[in-house]
Amino acid sequence: MKWTKNADNWVAALVMLPSVILIAIFVYYFIAKTGYTSLTDWGKDPSQALSAHPKIKFIGFENYKDLFTGLINGRFRQDLVSTFFFTLFFIAGCLSVGLGLAMFLDRSPKGEGLFRTIFLFPMSLSFIVTGTIWRWMLQPQGGVNQLPSLVGLPPGKFGWLTSREQVFQFDWNSLPLFTALVVAMVLLWVAFSAFRNGFRRRALTALASAGLLIAWAFTLGSSVQLLPFEEKHGFNLAFIGILIAAIWQMSGYTMALYLAGLRGIPEELREAARADGASEFQLYQRIIFPLLAPITLSAMIILGHISLKIFDLIFAMAGADNAPTDVPALLLYVTAFRSNQLATGAAIGTILLILVAFIIVPYLRSQLRSEVRR
Amino acid sequence: MNARAVLKTRMLGGDPPDSFQVHAGQELIGTWVVADRMEDLTGLYKSEGWLTKFPKGLIDLLSYKGGIWSVPVNIHRSNVLWYNPAKLREWGVTPPKTWDEFLATCATLKGKGIEAPLALGENWTQNHLWESVALGVLGADDWSALWTGKLKFNDPKAVKVWDTFGKVLDCANKDAAGLSWQQATDRVVQGQSAFNIMGDWAAGYMTTTLKLKPGEGFGWAPSPGTAGTFMMLSDSFGLPKGIKNRTEALNWLKVLGSREGQDAFNPLKGSIAARTDSDLSKYNAYLQSAAKDWKSNKIVGSLVHGAVAPESFGGQFGTVMEIYLNGKNSKAAANAAQAIANQAGIGR
Amino acid sequence: MIGRTITYSVLLIATLLFLLPIYLVVVTALKEPAAIMLSTTWQLPKVWNWDSFVQAWTAFLPKLKNSFVLTFFATLISALLGSLNGYVLSKWKFPGANIIFPLMLFGMFIPYQAVLIPLFQFVKSIGLYGTVWGLVLVHVVYGLPITTLIFRNYYAEIPDELVEASRIDGAGFFNIYRKVIFPLSIPGFVVVIIWQFTQIWNEFLFAVTLTNPKSQPITVALAQLAGGEAVKWNLPMAGALLAALPTLLVYIFLGRYFIRGLLAGSVKG
Repeated sequence: MKWTKNADNWVAALVMLPSVILIAIFVYYFIAKTGYTSLTDWGKDPSQALSAHPKIKFIGFENYKDLFTGLINGRFRQDLVSTFFFTLFFIAGCLSVGLGLAMFLDRSPKGEGLFRTIFLFPMSLSFIVTGTIWRWMLQPQGGVNQLPSLVGLPPGKFGWLTSREQVFQFDWNSLPLFTALVVAMVLLWVAFSAFRNGFRRRALTALASAGLLIAWAFTLGSSVQLLPFEEKHGFNLAFIGILIAAIWQMSGYTMALYLAGLRGIPEELREAARADGASEFQLYQRIIFPLLAPITLSAMIILGHISLKIFDLIFAMAGADNAPTDVPALLLYVTAFRSNQLATGAAIGTILLILVAFIIVPYLRSQLRSEVRR
Repeated sequence: MNARAVLKTRMLGGDPPDSFQVHAGQELIGTWVVADRMEDLTGLYKSEGWLTKFPKGLIDLLSYKGGIWSVPVNIHRSNVLWYNPAKLREWGVTPPKTWDEFLATCATLKGKGIEAPLALGENWTQNHLWESVALGVLGADDWSALWTGKLKFNDPKAVKVWDTFGKVLDCANKDAAGLSWQQATDRVVQGQSAFNIMGDWAAGYMTTTLKLKPGEGFGWAPSPGTAGTFMMLSDSFGLPKGIKNRTEALNWLKVLGSREGQDAFNPLKGSIAARTDSDLSKYNAYLQSAAKDWKSNKIVGSLVHGAVAPESFGGQFGTVMEIYLNGKNSKAAANAAQAIANQAGIGR
Repeated sequence: MIGRTITYSVLLIATLLFLLPIYLVVVTALKEPAAIMLSTTWQLPKVWNWDSFVQAWTAFLPKLKNSFVLTFFATLISALLGSLNGYVLSKWKFPGANIIFPLMLFGMFIPYQAVLIPLFQFVKSIGLYGTVWGLVLVHVVYGLPITTLIFRNYYAEIPDELVEASRIDGAGFFNIYRKVIFPLSIPGFVVVIIWQFTQIWNEFLFAVTLTNPKSQPITVALAQLAGGEAVKWNLPMAGALLAALPTLLVYIFLGRYFIRGLLAGSVKG
């Protein structure tokens, strides 16, 4: 009996083994390989880039340094900024549209199933299909821009995917300053909550670090020059078109999440709140939204990592060359496969990976830990 | 464009296709020849007698380090100005001969209420316009000198190209980036704009798709300041090293380079033969005129379409364009261009 | 009463907005190429032209076949492996499981561009480049995290006592799977299969890198059709509809399970 159990444990491990090996190769070995490539000079010399047996030299972090501070890598920096804004607005859009729809559907209107189906169906399409459709919708003189003319207004003129207008501009050189200030804010918040919960030492440490950062920001920080020149980056209005398409496709997802969450809130809770004289608004503010917070966090993380990786949708909507709608994943493609700068491409890939890991790793940790507690 | 990425992954994986299509010139040389992945085709050129059948200017563009590396199947011209003859008559203007003349004509047309005398399309067509402006401003010799490294991109002469380019852009439509090149051509045909600068596949589009008669429905001239120069681009096939069916690939190349092969393919595709002995009766009026220029003009190569610029330069030229468009600063753009030229090893 | 009116008007407006693109796709696909004009984009076709569908169908048929073969095998294999893995992780203990599982999960979030070149070289080196089978392999591997996750969470709901009981009856690892776990797994399989089917059918990046024109699936063909020069929009629109149809049908008829897969994607389920 004991023995069988032990043998079966071995069998169990053996059954997992092929999957484990495959993941080890396809995920971790390949990541390591790309990571190493990003530290080499592969592609710097055209005669070595695509030769059959390229002689590749280790050059350390030079490619990364170039990307962040090189004269001609402004496009990469703009792409990072674009991704940041895109992620922000994409998440905000999906959450608000999804929550809005879910709240209305939660009132159990007639035909709820049909409505749900309609709001969710874009999720079943591929980004390529969505991109093709919306590329047509957003033609400069057609589609959406023609909509006003249906009711007799002059057609719209906005260059959905091509506008060169930029808002929220800032100088790349002030990035360290902003980062320091944001981190300091976070630390202050940590200090505050630690203080409130009685962790005095933690509060003091956080407070001190925040103070140091702020002091640095206003003395040395403001004179840091990443680039020898001013370089403006901001949010490209051309992304609005991509945002519309992306939110059209993904807001059904947040709707489904929220609807599941709303349905999981026991009716008694609402009744009790109403009995206590809470208005509908207070009910949502005090009871329902706090209960939905974990869902919001999950959705933010899933959507966030999708938006960092976004490639197919923009590729199908605007192509890989449309600078106003460029993102790192597209730049990687152009850099590695068009300009043959394989190491630089690998570096962009690694940066993307690190950004995704920043979001995903803590999430996985907390998810799995809370499971153990459960 | 996916095709190019796939080709690269295949080569990286050690699985070369028997032959592949690539723009003649540096797109092949700067990527594949320098990496020692292609076979020298000089022997084929000699045995087929092609050395006298293709113009010397073309063979120079196909050559590198004493070898000839691909077989061109067609020739397109990049520096062409397209217009609608009836409309120009109506407006009382003629196709401009220099860029200064172009800007003057542009001002005249704007005075007559034409918002955008020049029709322009998505980003690569802007790069395409740039190379015509550069050729017109610099002239054929200095243009070629850019690609041997003798003339720097940040030389005052080359900086001037950007100045002129900026003025030319002011004549163009503001919604350019959202239009395909066909839609830009349509604007000229429909009389919304007076001119369009595009490669001569536009002639194919206007004759085949729009059913216009060359010379009547549409007219053409060398782009301003480039008369007597033929800025060419060409699709060509090379012979990768280490392929399985080498004999078959060689036979295929022989067909592609033959007079019959070229005259069968090109009239349909709307391009001219790379050979100078083709049967002109098979070609339409535009192509006949192009073939005449092909024989008599000075030949230079296109940047945007891979003839003179290696991929590492061409792929990043868009970045240079961005730098210019964002700040309209000629100096900055010129410096960036020189930076990527250094990186790509131009003139090394 | 007012609340009702607001609810319905909001929902109806949202419906309109969600369906607008589909209207435009269908209308464009049904127009004659010459009748497609930007200024009349929203009008119904004067002449209904079904030809675009015929053309798109002929052009896409081989690609659709590739997509079906690819999706069928990749979905099935990854579901089976996922089920076994889920069974192991939820009902058996082995050393390191607590480390291996999150490491596996991380694999479903990575930006695949970051592994593209080594991946290509690997697939090439085992001789599967340019075949549907190479793509099947890749989809199976990168599908493992999600299928494992869904099954693990699903099996966690099956009481351990059931497993324990049959173990006392002398059943071994595989017998328990066959007699106890598998028969209870059907809903789990439906969720996983639908999820994988949609994902694999819709995938683009691996497809474009690892196939050649003979083995390429529908997404690649559509991207090439729509991104090519001289675009006549009736064809891409008809093509987009064809490419979307299988997943759309699955979604319309089995939407319930689709949503479950969707929710499972957010790890805890």
